[in-house]
Amino acid sequence: MIEIRDVYKIYNKGQVSEVKALNGINLKVDINEFVVIVGSNGSGKSTLLNTIAGSVMPTAGSIILDNEDITKLPDHQRSKWLARVFQNPLSGTASGLSIIDNFRLAAIRTQPKGLKIGISDQFIKQVKDKIATLELGLEDKVNQQMGTLSGGQRQALTLLMSVMDSCKILLLDEPTAALDPRSANIVMQTADKLIKEFNLTAILITHNLKDAYTYGNRLIQMGEGQIIRDLSTAQKEAMQQNHLFEWFS
Amino acid sequence: MDFYLTALLQGLCLSAIALGVYLSMKIFNIPDITTDGSYTLGGVVTAAMLTHQQSLWITTLAVFIVGGIAGALTGLIHTKLKINALLAGILVMTALYSINLTILGRSNVPLLNTPSIFNLINITGDSNQNSLIILVVIVILLVTIIGYLLKTDFGIAMRATGDSEQMIRAMGVNTDRMKITGLALANALTALSGFMMTQFQGFADINMGIGIVITGLGSVIIAETLINWLKITSIIWSLALVVGGAIVFQMVLAITLSIGVDANLLKLITAVFVLLIVSLPRLSFRRQND
Repeated sequence: MIEIRDVYKIYNKGQVSEVKALNGINLKVDINEFVVIVGSNGSGKSTLLNTIAGSVMPTAGSIILDNEDITKLPDHQRSKWLARVFQNPLSGTASGLSIIDNFRLAAIRTQPKGLKIGISDQFIKQVKDKIATLELGLEDKVNQQMGTLSGGQRQALTLLMSVMDSCKILLLDEPTAALDPRSANIVMQTADKLIKEFNLTAILITHNLKDAYTYGNRLIQMGEGQIIRDLSTAQKEAMQQNHLFEWFS
Repeated sequence: MDFYLTALLQGLCLSAIALGVYLSMKIFNIPDITTDGSYTLGGVVTAAMLTHQQSLWITTLAVFIVGGIAGALTGLIHTKLKINALLAGILVMTALYSINLTILGRSNVPLLNTPSIFNLINITGDSNQNSLIILVVIVILLVTIIGYLLKTDFGIAMRATGDSEQMIRAMGVNTDRMKITGLALANALTALSGFMMTQFQGFADINMGIGIVITGLGSVIIAETLINWLKITSIIWSLALVVGGAIVFQMVLAITLSIGVDANLLKLITAVFVLLIVSLPRLSFRRQND
């Protein structure tokens, strides 16, 4: 499905402040895999996700999606296949726009945005039905501005928005880092449910080791821009949760 | 009374600038001051074409296109060369001064016996009332078209571009192209104001655009204060209030002049007035917080 070949990302190359954010990453993610990536701060997790999304261009190496080299494509062109949920709830949704406007954009993520009014009564009903599945009571607030919602509500909606249009890969960059434990739980459960329901291939970055243990069917640990550990489904299932804590001690 | 009617007519002529500034400043969150240049550009192209026996329709189209090109240039400099939007606007505005002077040929060209939008139809005998009807129709048309545009899928993407760039890129929108389009549209509207004003006052002048951006900004800020105050979320009503802001702005200037303030001080008064409407909501807000 997606393959990362010998990817390097070096910031400020040749200067004193040189940082090797990615130091020769090779990773192949197959269809329907739910990969969880853990690692300490500065291990290159976010940079890796950003190179997949196209908002960071690698210094060397290539990124292949379904046998097509997409290394040179900018982020807005990769959105044909990728949906993203950011660490900051403000990044995944537009605060000044209503919920329904945000969903309209999400519904045409892979399509050109033309000069027709796409928000019909039927569309509104369809969005309301989808939002109702979250059970957050937001279905009657579709005309409300996104900015009036809490971070947790916005992250849950961002997740839902990612499956409004066809989506091959879902990238989750610490989606619960800015949330309280209860909201974080709701968001993670929603993510897990959607990934299973829509058979998505997903990559999740998290600092929450409990989430890393609970969710996903493959577990990767990164450190200093490299992949240190890579556990398959069977290995992950065989692992005890406290082993995971030992990785970081 | 005629004095205030003239102010109202001027307000309507300048409402296209206000709509343009609203697009660039509020929708796209870009401070664009190409306005001074593109307004004059609209005026000089109108004068040059109409005095060379071009039809009104061709002139309108040409004004819209050249204004759009001016805005697109600012957009290109801002997005592709990563230059601060203010500086990009100043650069294009400065360059436009020479271009405007070249198009006009001299510093002032009067429009004598040329076709005019104000002679298109004659409903009443009074020329001012006739102008009022024509301008109201044009402004309603503009507000309707922009209002529709902002509601389309493209318009939602426009609004999201100024709101959360990261989000809209993830939604597959090329934000650079969107900003260039937005600035082109904003300056096309500004040029359209120059087109209307030139015909209204009967001449084009190379200096007609000096400080005009403040008129647009002032109108938008008046509108914004009202929008926040009345808690308006409807796009059409917001646009209508922007037009209202442009009219209020001209009215205030007219009142200032009518109470006998020296016309030489008009720009100073304009600046102080804009400062007042910008600062008033903040001052009262601070008091609430204490």
